[in-house]
Amino acid sequence: MEFRYLPMTNEDKQDMLDAIGVKDTESLFADIPSSVRLQKEMNLKAPVNEYALTRELTMMANKNTSTKEVVSFLGAGVYDHYIPSIVDHVISKSEFYTAYTPYQPEISQGELQAIFEFQTMISELTALPVANSSMYDGGTALAEAVNLSAAQTKKKKVLVSGAVHPEYQQVIQTYAKGQEVEIIPIKLSNGKTDLNHLEALLNDDIAGVVVQYPNFFGQIEPMESIQKLLENQKKTMLIVSSNPLALGYLTPPGEFGADIVTGDTQVFGIPAQFGGPHCGYFATSKKLMRKVPGRLVGQTKDENGVRGYVLTLQAREQHIRRDKATSNICSNQALNALASSVAMSSIGKHGIRKMAEMNMQKARYAKKKFIENGITVVYEGSFFNEFVIELKQDITKVNAALLEKGFLGGFDLGKLDPSCQGQMLVAVTELRTKQEIDQLAKELGDIHV
Amino acid sequence: MSDKNFPLLFERSKEGRTSYSLPALEIEPFDLEAELEDVYIRKEAPKLPEVSELDIIRHYTGLASRNYGVDSGFYPLGSCTMKYNPKINEDIARLDGFSHIHPYQDPSTVQGALEMLYDLQEALKEITGMHEVSLQSAAGAQGEWTALMMIRAFHEANGDHHRTKVIVPDSAHGTNPASAAVAGFEAVTVKSNEEGIVDLDDLQRVVGDDTAALMLTNPNTLGLFEKDILEMAEIVHGAGGKLYYDGANLNAIMGYVRPGDMGFDAVHLNLHKTFTGPHGGGGPGSGPVGVSEELAAYLPKPLIVKENDTFRFENDRAQSIGRVKPFYGNFGINLRAYTYIRTMGAEGLKKVSEYAVLNANYMMRKLEKVFQMPYPQHCKHEFVLSGSIQKKLGVRTLDMAKRLLDFDFHPPTIYFPLNVEEGMMIEPTETESKETLDAFIDAMIQIAKEVEENPEIVQEAPHHTIVKRMDEATAARKPILRYEEEESI
Repeated sequence: MEFRYLPMTNEDKQDMLDAIGVKDTESLFADIPSSVRLQKEMNLKAPVNEYALTRELTMMANKNTSTKEVVSFLGAGVYDHYIPSIVDHVISKSEFYTAYTPYQPEISQGELQAIFEFQTMISELTALPVANSSMYDGGTALAEAVNLSAAQTKKKKVLVSGAVHPEYQQVIQTYAKGQEVEIIPIKLSNGKTDLNHLEALLNDDIAGVVVQYPNFFGQIEPMESIQKLLENQKKTMLIVSSNPLALGYLTPPGEFGADIVTGDTQVFGIPAQFGGPHCGYFATSKKLMRKVPGRLVGQTKDENGVRGYVLTLQAREQHIRRDKATSNICSNQALNALASSVAMSSIGKHGIRKMAEMNMQKARYAKKKFIENGITVVYEGSFFNEFVIELKQDITKVNAALLEKGFLGGFDLGKLDPSCQGQMLVAVTELRTKQEIDQLAKELGDIHV
Repeated sequence: MSDKNFPLLFERSKEGRTSYSLPALEIEPFDLEAELEDVYIRKEAPKLPEVSELDIIRHYTGLASRNYGVDSGFYPLGSCTMKYNPKINEDIARLDGFSHIHPYQDPSTVQGALEMLYDLQEALKEITGMHEVSLQSAAGAQGEWTALMMIRAFHEANGDHHRTKVIVPDSAHGTNPASAAVAGFEAVTVKSNEEGIVDLDDLQRVVGDDTAALMLTNPNTLGLFEKDILEMAEIVHGAGGKLYYDGANLNAIMGYVRPGDMGFDAVHLNLHKTFTGPHGGGGPGSGPVGVSEELAAYLPKPLIVKENDTFRFENDRAQSIGRVKPFYGNFGINLRAYTYIRTMGAEGLKKVSEYAVLNANYMMRKLEKVFQMPYPQHCKHEFVLSGSIQKKLGVRTLDMAKRLLDFDFHPPTIYFPLNVEEGMMIEPTETESKETLDAFIDAMIQIAKEVEENPEIVQEAPHHTIVKRMDEATAARKPILRYEEEESI
């Protein structure tokens, strides 16, 4: 069998064996103890030619219902936004996607500058001065922020709002266990962080307070009140997970005194692709600059005074500091950070406000239509582009019925918490048309009755 | 500002320009300013660039031309396995049915995706010889930490709370001790012997009833197979510890030997290395974890299971360490790896390792004639040269790496592993032709000659790159981590 990624001819192979001075390649593996050598061929599916494999995998893809075929009102941390055509054209440039970490700045200025621009855009959106080159995703970025707050304050308790994405909360738990950090949940009140409970829990032992803004239920957390509560706890860090698109309209967390802001830039140019790869971001104050996990790109000059960029402050990182590093992260999500940079550049300074506002407008229209069709909207508070409705039927059944009509319904909150049985989290992005919203409201109204 | 400076996108910006194509609003707008408290309405717009679509395309085309990838040329960056990234993988990953599916869709609507993940789990079990595989971890380092958290949970379940130490060879990747620390362990170093492999006497010395695990890369970062692996397994297991396999170097042994058969209890793989996920300028990667039967109960949630002909997520796992990542791992990277495994099959993957090892040995034998070769035995997929001969002539390995840029090659990994003086870690991979290997060998020999005859040309390299060596010291001392408008005035 010929393999198109293996260029050696028999003649090449013989020449190379002669140069090495062995009779066959088997001699090069002689140091593997024979008792553990694999004596059989691995039991894998037979190799497939390019055409047949493309056909087979296209058929496999076609077994999935894509959001290109149906109208999606599903969000809960992953959103259906417009992806400009240029995004894929840029990230398909193989000088970007076949490169690795820019360790050699002289031949990596393209990647380094692109990351520097990404850092700047995240810094602008969050209103914090320092942003890193990316993290795996919003969930692990938040978990690293929790551990950083414990390491920095030398305290071992962190308060986490119940309105943080439930899977992010689970990731925080796993990461916190490694560092013996105790996670204390803050209760909910009307779909938001319960301020009385937060106040009662705050004391000198608390390393950080984690909230999501806008929160998992779409609600805009009372950041001003949270900031006030933290004023008496100078050492306690405020950690905020934010949908960066929302920050095009909402006051950025940096202005509410956040010490660390994390989130996921999937909303900018990254397809849902079943949950990953997306792209975490991590922004902090100047004070925490030398504690930030992951790679940072800095501006400098070359020997001739030409401006350029390098990986910097590497003494924080695992390849230098080993077990004393601030994090073990090595690979990040650079290519997705590039995709988000292209999308953010495309939207631009004023476009981002319009886009955020359009999400809010269409979500409010949907809310109004739902109410007109007799559906209960659960929370009263201001929201971004998601809100919770309550139906009399089981949400799994509702969503199955909606799918028949060409809709991907919202997230079933009953799956997380039995007391939320019948509640659905609906996401309305700028892509949803008036007609789609009208029809969904009507269908839901019909089912609801 | 030098006129050679390549502009930042912010410097191309002009007030009022945009390239976004927003859908129509269609509805009567609501009064958001009346609804929201004023304090929550952003006052100052984030200074994103204001540029046209063509501006963006020219900008990034310019940046791409200032970057170097595997498609640009030979990239023998040791331990990073910079092999060719097949184009079919990219096409498959962009099919709507894979790229535009939501993680919370009903499983009945994503059976194709689940089938792929299940099949990949099964294939990786077979390749590694492990009992169970999880695809959740986002990258190698996260895979390391995930497996260590499982080992920790295992020891704790057995009441072994005193097993607080993880043994790491001095030649290990930096992520090993860092992951151990993040998982709450203390990293302890075991020395290498004069042959470049783990010193069994030193291992005997550091192992004890406080040992949680030994993390081992095999072949190690010197490219050498740890031939005493069975004795090491006996020592570590005898003390009640677990054996962890860093799969960064799996490209050397596929089809020849499997971590599970060597006695490893846990393994992570770097799908973006061995299995052709593109490196993306630093990521995204994917770092699946495989474990023995004994550790399987602790795998992160969820796993993908098959019942009759239907696939579903299994979350009901009482002893699981929990969730390590939202959703289901880096699906898009896992899909590329799956496409590659299906292209190659068992026969192809074994040939991959055969040629990766052949290529590395060929280069090593050619280059040891002019560079010091600290460990002369056959290597596996990579080898480490020392620049000590050249250092005596006043030229450092860093200089030679920079000189390679003038020959249009990406330099090897340098100054790693830490136990080789002026180290150059070279990993050619199996996808390079003999002509490419020969051209690189010639360049290295030429540089060694220059060191003897005309060292300045090497010490002052690179000469032909768009920028010269960067002032990294100032970058770290006075960090500029974002663009500020004042800078450009």
